[in-house]
Formats: sequence, structure tokens, C-alpha cells
Amino acid sequence: MSGFFKSSIGRKYAMALSAFFLMFFLLQHFAINILSVFSPDAFNEASHFMGTFWAVQYVLQPVLIFGVVYHFVMGFILEARNRSARVKKYAKNNGAANSSWMSRNMIYSGLCILAFLVLHFIDFWIPEINTKYIQGDMSGLLGNGEGFRYYEELAHKFESPLRVGAYVIAFIFLSLHLMHGFSSAFQSAGATSMRKEKLQLFGKAYAIIIPLGFIFIALFHHFNHH
Amino acid sequence: MNLTLKIWRQKGPKDKGSMVDYKVTDISEHMSFLEMMDVLNEQLINQGEEPVAFDHDCREGICGMCSMYINGEAHGPDRGVTTCQLHMRMFKDGDTITIEPFRAKAFPVIKDLVVDRSSFDRIQHAGGYISVNTSGNTQDANALPISKHAADEAMDAATCIGCGACVASCKNASAMLFVGAKVSQYALLPQGQVEAVDRVKNMVAQMDLEGFGNCTNTGACEIECPKGISLENIARMNREYLSANVKS
Amino acid sequence: MSVLDSKVPKGPLKTKWTDYKNHINLVNPANKRNIDVIVVGTGLAGGSAAATLAELGYNVKTFCYQDSPRRAHSIAAQGGINAAKNYQGDGDSTYRLFYDTVKGGDYRSREANVYRLAEVSANIIDQCVAQGVPFARDYGGLLDNRSFGGVLVSRTFYAKGQTGQQLLLGAYSAMNRQIARGKITPFNRHEMLDVVKVDGKARGIIARNLVTGEIERHSAHAVVIASGGYGNVYFLSTNAMGSNATAAWKIHKKGAFFANPCYTQIHPTCIPRSGDYQSKLTLMSESLRNDGRIWVPKNLEDVKAIREGKKKPTDLSEDERDYYLERRYPAFGNLVPRDVASRAAKERCDAGYGVNATGEAVYLDFASAIQRYGIEQAKIHGINNPSADKIYELGAAIVKAKYGNLFQMYEKIVDQDPYKTPMMIYPAVHYTMGGVWVDYNLMTTVEGLYCIGEANFSDHGANRLGASALMQGLADGYFVLPYTIGDYLSHEIRTGKIATDSPEFDEAEKSVKDRIDFFINNKGQHSVDYYHKRLGKIMWEKCGMSRNAEGLKEAAKEIKELRESFWKEVNVPGSANEMNPELEKAGRVADFLELGELFAKDALVREESCGGHFREESVEIGGEQAGEAKRNDEEFAFVSAWEYKGEPGDAVLHKEQLEFNEIELKQRSYK
Repeated sequence: MSGFFKSSIGRKYAMALSAFFLMFFLLQHFAINILSVFSPDAFNEASHFMGTFWAVQYVLQPVLIFGVVYHFVMGFILEARNRSARVKKYAKNNGAANSSWMSRNMIYSGLCILAFLVLHFIDFWIPEINTKYIQGDMSGLLGNGEGFRYYEELAHKFESPLRVGAYVIAFIFLSLHLMHGFSSAFQSAGATSMRKEKLQLFGKAYAIIIPLGFIFIALFHHFNHH
Repeated sequence: MNLTLKIWRQKGPKDKGSMVDYKVTDISEHMSFLEMMDVLNEQLINQGEEPVAFDHDCREGICGMCSMYINGEAHGPDRGVTTCQLHMRMFKDGDTITIEPFRAKAFPVIKDLVVDRSSFDRIQHAGGYISVNTSGNTQDANALPISKHAADEAMDAATCIGCGACVASCKNASAMLFVGAKVSQYALLPQGQVEAVDRVKNMVAQMDLEGFGNCTNTGACEIECPKGISLENIARMNREYLSANVKS
Repeated sequence: MSVLDSKVPKGPLKTKWTDYKNHINLVNPANKRNIDVIVVGTGLAGGSAAATLAELGYNVKTFCYQDSPRRAHSIAAQGGINAAKNYQGDGDSTYRLFYDTVKGGDYRSREANVYRLAEVSANIIDQCVAQGVPFARDYGGLLDNRSFGGVLVSRTFYAKGQTGQQLLLGAYSAMNRQIARGKITPFNRHEMLDVVKVDGKARGIIARNLVTGEIERHSAHAVVIASGGYGNVYFLSTNAMGSNATAAWKIHKKGAFFANPCYTQIHPTCIPRSGDYQSKLTLMSESLRNDGRIWVPKNLEDVKAIREGKKKPTDLSEDERDYYLERRYPAFGNLVPRDVASRAAKERCDAGYGVNATGEAVYLDFASAIQRYGIEQAKIHGINNPSADKIYELGAAIVKAKYGNLFQMYEKIVDQDPYKTPMMIYPAVHYTMGGVWVDYNLMTTVEGLYCIGEANFSDHGANRLGASALMQGLADGYFVLPYTIGDYLSHEIRTGKIATDSPEFDEAEKSVKDRIDFFINNKGQHSVDYYHKRLGKIMWEKCGMSRNAEGLKEAAKEIKELRESFWKEVNVPGSANEMNPELEKAGRVADFLELGELFAKDALVREESCGGHFREESVEIGGEQAGEAKRNDEEFAFVSAWEYKGEPGDAVLHKEQLEFNEIELKQRSYK
């Protein structure tokens, strides 16, 4: 396998693998978040479990971070190589004639998602890490000790319309990214055309339902607490 | 019909080059695109100017020599045709048509609309063959039955004419449809199995070395391919490549 | 005794080739490494020869004007390749293939060569399959065959409508293997502009790098010319735009005799010309005649109405149509050989029955085939009393499966739907049976200079049968030349490297450079195409499908005048030291302007009608065959081989008498 990940195809596989992982993570993230709509308690329980269980914290979390970073870094490397493969651009190019906008602009939808992730880290991840590992409070309880803090924090974050707006826009880009990314990952991994048609349908559904669900959650909490 | 042509002119490989406007008149809708270019060139020669250099040979859509990027698409707006089979009935009187060479780092411009596609040849030197000697007593052709399905699929991959439209259309100037088709033809046939591992590894290595971009599955190549080579060939190459790397 | 020695070995026909191979000299592997061979042209013949020679151990240099060997015009052959495999069990054999080829060629080919061709045909299929050529297969996984014009067995192997392309890719892949091993050095985008002879032997070539304009010297112990045919002497032909006779003509001028230039094949099923701007003609596979019926209107009023767009062909009832091939040749009907079908179309169009604006088109109608297949399919699917629409739908599906790619191509070019309205077709120049004279070893009259494929005068006599060209190209390249050239090269093992700084190379290079300088500096009034089109018009009108003495004399005179004008007034823009397509064309047209005159001269000498060469003076007078071509075996059963003497008009004729021991010469009858 030496040199595999240095080759163009090897990198495509790596890109696809990290994408599979991220798409799975997204599904799991969504599953927990949607609980907040139905049952704050269930959401709190799940969040606390994820936030304190060692395997999630010390195994899955680093893998996730690696996956995210890898996907971005490799995305940039491939983009740079792809750009250098055509030094002189066309005076007139009609990309719309043969490919979707999404497929041609993965780098831009990806950059939007990256920007969102920065916001998201500032909003949730950094405070989490701060509370748990710097202040050493692993209890997951509110300051006054009355129940878990997770739901309250979530609800609080979605009070600002600006933030909700940013989330909505980010998830639209995520949808666009997935619209191409889902089937593209399977194609890169060598999925055959027979399965491809059903996969593409499934991919489209995934690319619409999951981001739409996240948008719904944000809007739900925004309007519910006003 | 009367047309305005915006054509890329470049004296030689090192020249900077630029787009130049030309007018042609009385173009018949029954002409092929290259016959329209012939009219322009005859006009330029008679005016004492240098004609536009472009690659072309068979003019029946099979040799893969012609290579123009017309109005932002490889081989122009029609589907399933090469430039030589594109007919002027696809355009309207008064149209402005932009004509550029196929652009990719691995396809450097030689002159005007002529590009150097020898990178495709080098990829095939790297493994596009089955090592069989010409003895005259190789086993009988029918000694090895091949399912019609596999033979037909191999044939579909083999219809590639090596024109480079896939590279030209790809936003990444990737050659994976071309290489995928070549790898697939042999991968689908039992004769190709013996050398399968080395073939795909060597051809992909050469493809990377030539400076082609990476496939991002936009599917533009499949749409613009004059022979309709399927994206499935890229997926097959990816599988072949993975399994080759697992095996050795 | 003629100066021509065909070197056909003695012995019975059936074992000649094997016996000969068993006794010719071989070169030992260690010595092969020290021997260089140049191959000019990388189509089926050149590509397969280069690959095989390199495989044997010789150092090979290949030259082609295209940007890749894979683009040679062999790719354009659609229909298939013949081989006497008898996979269908329909009684085919080497002898039958041999017999059909000699008969199809109107008894103007060399028996021994054709027999050898038929013999190795089966090996070609084995070889190509082993290389991964994806021939069509049946559901049992075995190779499929189709039948092709004028023969009684199914022996044609095919790969969709792309047989030539696939076979060439096979040869190209074999070349790639040798390129990877370093045994072939490819010189693509290079054009051979002269051959260099040292002490009477071919020792190298002068080539122009078409990208930089540089003139290069290349030496070798033997030179193989595989540069294809000269159909472009007609300007309009089914050949590629770049197909040219320069390599063949240059060697002719250096001593290689040129044989039977007048034998041209004019293919009946091409897409008609649509206007004066036309740059080339497109062939559609002959297989279309298996199901298409050819006709023109019976009445001139209908012709007029159709041309004016007042009537459509589908408006004409059956008795208003003249299915002239079925009328004239009831036994073979639409499946008569190419030469017969082409002449019949011309006859109708000359009589004013041509159905398009140019008056040069006849209909090829699939309506009855669609109807027939539709009814058949309805029965198979158990549909009782099918509607007309259902029959059409079922029938069209079958026609689509058989000819879909051709129909699509037709529709793209003509913008008419051939499922609904008859196709229009007209004959076009397609293949040249004539070419450089070679002996049994495929060596020309110059020692060490070989010629293979369409470029030589080949095994097709005066007319080529369908699916035979691919067979001949590959037979020469894979299985004949690699053996016969060894016999010659076995005497070269002590020669050592051939120097390129000899006076012979100096002289050849100088003459090439002088000619290029002339073109660049001439600054005349007319473009190269202007002359090429004029030459084409003379050729088509006077040396086309039918010829007569008067027309041929005029043609020779007119071509000579045109050539003189060309050398005064041709205008080649640009410079010599860059890519310059006009300069390339100028050199090629200059050679065509000489070849054309020799062509007319040869046609004039051959006062008989045979195969693709139809002399109006030589027709059957009475009986059932009245008006048909009349061959004259008494006086003309020979190969004309022309020796260059300074001007095409001064060429000297040498005759190689053809002897037929196995086959009895007969009148070809398709009535």
C-alpha cells in the first residue's frame, strides 16, 4: 500500500472515507439534537452521556477532530492541485451545460461550512472544554445545581436572531455540499452504477433532510423561547 | 449566416497568445464546424494573413484528432459528437462563437488551437497493453469464451477515441475518464487479468506525473464525451486501484 | 524477361508459405539488437509491423503525421475483418476465402499472395483476441460473425461499428508495450519527406518535425513504408484529411515501381455531397445494404418535385419507384459488389434521376426491412393483428439494434431521420487497390525498402471485397513482413550503424529543404486547396467511376497544366520553422499532382474494364450481360508497374504477367 495515499486515487479514497465518517457523525449529532425538540430530559441525558463517556471523549472526539481537519486540509490540497492542472483559464466556460453548480463549487460550500464550524466551536465546543477540563466541572449540572445545563445552554444560544440566521445559512451550504458530496464519496469509493441510482436518491434525501432538520431545531428553539 | 468568431491565436508554445475577432459570411447551415473554419482560413490566406492552425483528420468523428473548446464546451454545444461532426445548424445568424484550445497543464498549446496530447500516449505506454507475442499460434480465439455482457462492457469502454474532451471539460483538468476507460477495457476481459495489478498502478502513477487534476465527480466529462464513456469506468478504476494496492 | 521478379516461391500453393518460411534466413537475437528498422505510418499495417519487429528484437523507429499512432485512418473502417475460421460451420475455408478474394478482385491479383493472406487470416483473429480486442460475441461467449457483400459465408468478425478502431488500438497497444521496453522510438507529428538510398539500398529517411519544422535525418538498415492509400488525389474521398501519398510517391521517385494506380475503389454507400464547401465524404458501412433497398423515382417529374421539395420520397408508391439494382441484378440485388453498385448509382444519376439538390444521390430505404422485421417480431411476441404502428415500432427497434450508430451519424450530418425517410447515398472514393509494387517478400524494387498495407499494390487486384482491407494490413504487419524482412536483414548483421552524415543524406536533405523554401518564398496567388480541389474535379470527372480514352488523355494534359500552374502560383503562408499545416498540404498536393497524371496514364493503357476500373469502350455488347464491364484476360492479365523517369508522363511501363494455376478465370456475373 506504500504510496497509495500519495496518489490521486488514494487521496480520493481518503477524502471519501473522511466524508463517510463525517456524514455518519452528522447523523448522530442530528439524532441527539432532535431530542431537544421532543424532550429536554432525553436531550440532557444523551448530552451528558456523550460529554462524559470516556470512549466518546478520548477516542471518538479526537478521531472526529482529525476527520474534520483531514477533510478540510485534503480538500484544500486537492483544490490547489486541481487549480494548478489548468494554468490558463478559458475565456468562455459553460460549466452549467455539463455539471451542477454544487459539484463545481465544493470548495466554496466547504469554506462556508468551515466558517460555521469556527462559530460552532466558539459557541459550544470551547465552553464545553472550558467547563469540563479547565474548570474541572464534569457534573453537567447548572450553576444552581437544579438539573442538567445542556438544554438550557442550547436554548440560550438560539435566542439571538443573528446567530440563528448564520446557522440557517450555514446549513443551506451544508445541504449544497452534501447534495454533491454524498454520491461523490460513493463514486470515489468505487460504487457501481447499479447501486448508484438508489444511492443518489438516498443521498439527495440525506442532503435535504439532515440540514433541514438542523435548521428546524434552531428555529424551533428561537421561536419557542421568545 | 454571418458569424463573429473569437478565436485563440498563439504563434507558438512560448507565445503569450490572445483572443482575436474574425467575421465570416455566407456560412451554410449544412457545413460542419471545421468546414466553416476552412472558409475562414481560405479567407485569411487570400488576405495574406496566417490561417488558424487546428487539429483535425478523419472528419467523421472517430480519429479523436479534432479538439476545440467552442462556446465554453468541448466539441461545442451538441452532444455525442466531435467538433468535426458539429454542424452549423446548431448556430444562428449573427451569433458570436468563442473558440479556444483544450486547456490543461498536461495539454500544452503548440499553436493556435493545436495542443499536445502526448501525455495520453505516455499513460498508455505505462500499461495500456496485454503482453502477448505475435507468434501466429497464440491459443485459438474461441478457446476462451467471454460472456457477452463482459465483452459488450469492455467494448463500451474501448470506444474511447482519446480526444481529450474529458480533460478539457473537467474543471480540474482530470484525465480519469480516459484512464478509467483504458483500465476498464482490460479489467473486464480475462486476458487482462494477469497484468491487472501492475497495469492500474503504473497507469495511475503516470497520470499523476503528467499533472492532470483530480476527479471530483462533477460528471462533466461523461456529458461532453463524444462517445458517451460512462463515469462507471472511473469507479471501476478506483476499485481496481484499491484492490491492486491491497494485493501488493 | 521482365525486370520484375515477384519471387513467388516454387511448390504447391497450399504449402508455399510454410515451406518458404522454413527455409528463409533468420537473424540471431544478439544481432537483431544491432539492426535498425524505420516504419513510416502507424496504421494497421505499420503499427502491427513496428510492434512485431520490435518484439523480435530489432530497434524500430516509427513515424506518423498524427499526434498519436492510434489516430491513423485505419480507425475509420467500420464493418469488420474477414478470417477463414469457419466458426459458423457454413463451409468456409482458407481456399474459399482465397477464391472469393481473387474473384472479387476481378482476377488481377497474385495467387500466391492472396493464398498466404487467407492462410494467416485466422492467426490475426487469435492474435487480436489475445491482445484484448473486444470483438462482438454471442450469448455463449464465443465470437460472432456477420456476412458481407458478395460472398456466401459469414466470416466477418466485428467490434460494433468500430472494427478498424479496435484493431488499431490492439496494434497500438502492442506498440505501447514495445515503447515501454524501449524497442520502439515513436516520432509522432513527423512526416517523411524523402527516402535515402546508399549504394542502391534504402538506408534512411528525411523527416520533418511538424511541430518545430526541423528537418531530421534518420538512418536504418531497412525502411518500411506503410503510409496508406492515395484516395485524396480526388480531394473529396472518405480518407482522412491528412491521408497522403507523399511517402509512397517519394520512394517511387527513388526507384520503387508504382503499380496499378488506376485501381480505385468507389464505395457505394457514402453520404452525398451537400455543397461546394464540402471537405470530405463520410462512409457508412456496406452492411447497410443487407437491409436497405436502393431506388430512385421512375419518373423524372417526381425527381423534379422531390428536388424542389414539393414531394417527399415517402409519397411515391411502389410502382413509381425504380429499384434499379434489383431490376438489373435479380440474383444479387442490393448486395452486388461495390464496384457494380457504385456504377449503377452513377448511371441513374447521370440519366437525371439523382434525388438531391446536387443531382448526385439515390435512396437507401429501410421501410421494407422495418416492415419485415416488425411482422417477424410481432409473431415472436405472439401479437395477433398488430397495428401498423406496432409493426413499425418493433421493426424499427431491430433496425436500430443493427445499425443504430450509423443512423445516428447520418442524422447528425444530414439532419434527417432515416427511420422515417429513406437515406440518401452516393458513391465516394474510398480505397486504392493500386500502390507501390512489391514482390512476395513485400519488398519494392529498391533493396531494403518494403511497402505494406494499402500503400502497396496489395492483394485485392482490381477491386477489394468488404472487410478485406483490415485483414491485409494486419496480415502484412503481424505475419508476413516480420518473417520476410529477416531474410534481407540476415545479410546486414555486419553492416554496423548507418551514418547520417553521408553525401546521400546531405543531398536528400538539401532537396527537401529546397522544396520547402520554394513553397515558403513563392507567394503566389492561390491557396493549396484551390489546386487540390481542381485536381479532385479532374480526377472525379475523368478518372472516376467510368473512364474513356478521350477523357483520360484530357485528364493527363489538364493535370500537367495544373501542376505547372501550381509550381508558379501556389501561396503558402507562414514560415518553415514552425507548425505550418499549409506547408504540409502543399507538399502533399504537389505529389498528388504528379500521381494523378500517372493514374490517368495507367488507366489509359488498361483498355479493359476490370473491378474498380471501368472503361466505357470495354463493355459486353450482347446477351444477358449487355452493358456490363468486359474484362480482357488475353491482353490485360498483368500488373502494370511504372518506373519513374523524371516526369509522370515519361514513366515506363513494366508488366508482371499474372498466372492463375488454381483458379479458373471467369466472367463475374451478378445477374
